Amino acid sequence: MKEKTGKLSILLKGLIKENPVFVLVLGTCPTLAVTDSVIRALSMGIAATVVLLCSNMAISALRKVIPDKVRIPAYIVIVAGFVSVVQMLMHAYLPDLFTALGTYLALIVVNCIILGRAEMFASKNTVVDSALDGIGMGLGFTLALFCMGAIRELLGVGTFCGIEIPVLKDFAVSFFTQSPGGFFVFGVLIAIVNKLTKGKVKKHMGCAGCPSRAACHKDACVEEGK
Amino acid sequence: MLKSLLIILMSSVLVNNYVLTKFLGICPFLGVSKKLDQAAGMGAAVTFVMVVSTAVTWPIQTYVLDKYNLGYLQTIVFILVIAALVQFVEIVLKRYVPALHKSLGVYLPLITTNCAVLGVAINNIKDGYGFAESLVSALGCGLGFLLAMVLFAGVRSRLDSKNTPKCFQGLPITLVAASIVAMSFMGFGGVVDKLFA
Repeated sequence: MKEKTGKLSILLKGLIKENPVFVLVLGTCPTLAVTDSVIRALSMGIAATVVLLCSNMAISALRKVIPDKVRIPAYIVIVAGFVSVVQMLMHAYLPDLFTALGTYLALIVVNCIILGRAEMFASKNTVVDSALDGIGMGLGFTLALFCMGAIRELLGVGTFCGIEIPVLKDFAVSFFTQSPGGFFVFGVLIAIVNKLTKGKVKKHMGCAGCPSRAACHKDACVEEGK
Repeated sequence: MLKSLLIILMSSVLVNNYVLTKFLGICPFLGVSKKLDQAAGMGAAVTFVMVVSTAVTWPIQTYVLDKYNLGYLQTIVFILVIAALVQFVEIVLKRYVPALHKSLGVYLPLITTNCAVLGVAINNIKDGYGFAESLVSALGCGLGFLLAMVLFAGVRSRLDSKNTPKCFQGLPITLVAASIVAMSFMGFGGVVDKLFA
């Protein structure tokens, strides 16, 4: 983690340089699951951003109070609390989206991006920096979901946010909205990002905040770090 | 009764596979599927935790949360129960079944934040399953996860020896391979309905 970066770069690094999905490869489950349409992808991104912002701020504010040994359970409780708040708000004001996102809304709790940022950033930085980091990472996540959603919806159904696109509509390939298409588009997008960054970005950062690194460092993280 | 349980089991193993069609538990699916024995160990551990956590969360939802109108606490309660349960299972296994702990132990801490476990617990409540149905569905989802992990480990071991374009190396080609495995699972759609029709 760079110590001397300015406030702006904390905010911006989440968008492209350390994009949580394409570069750090965190939060793959929602990235694949809810991106069959732009609307679902965007609403998932925004919901996760709100949770990430709130939990980053709360965890950063409490970072000196939470004992080191119980920090992960404490983080999970904080995150789960904010997820419940978002769930209740969406249920009350956006019932359609609430049904569309279904279980995946509750599963923001176990989204590695949120726990990862809590562990990697919020537990070591001030409230303001953590808030900026939360917004940046959240927007990066939303951007990634939007790319996935746009590609899959355009190619799979031939629509964009429900609006029909003339030519694509006639040549819609339903493969892209189904589950194999999700894996495929995600794989190709990561390959494109790899090509553009020419592997300059160090991937092993993704594991630093991964809650599962305790058991996986021999395997996946070694592979990513090479 | 038995028939409906069998339908739930089969459809959650094959048709509604948690990894390949519902995209839950992708992290371990991509992370721990490099070697066959690790993949099988992880799959077995997930199956075990899924069944145990469903056996605990279902009564909590029915007899505590629903009874006292606390449904909105579901997310917090479930994740805490699962996290505590995984710790507890680990301690018990270590003390009484050291052989099993040795083979599954490494994977247990990973499972706390596995979205498939929480997903199964929540989906069982959402689908309105009874206790027995929930347990069978959890078992099916776990076995489906195990099946996907083992199959994918086989595919991945072959990927290692192949030449891939540089920018596709590592994760991207793995995802494309996962896409093909997921496509093969789509072939199971409708199998269960026909089988028990």
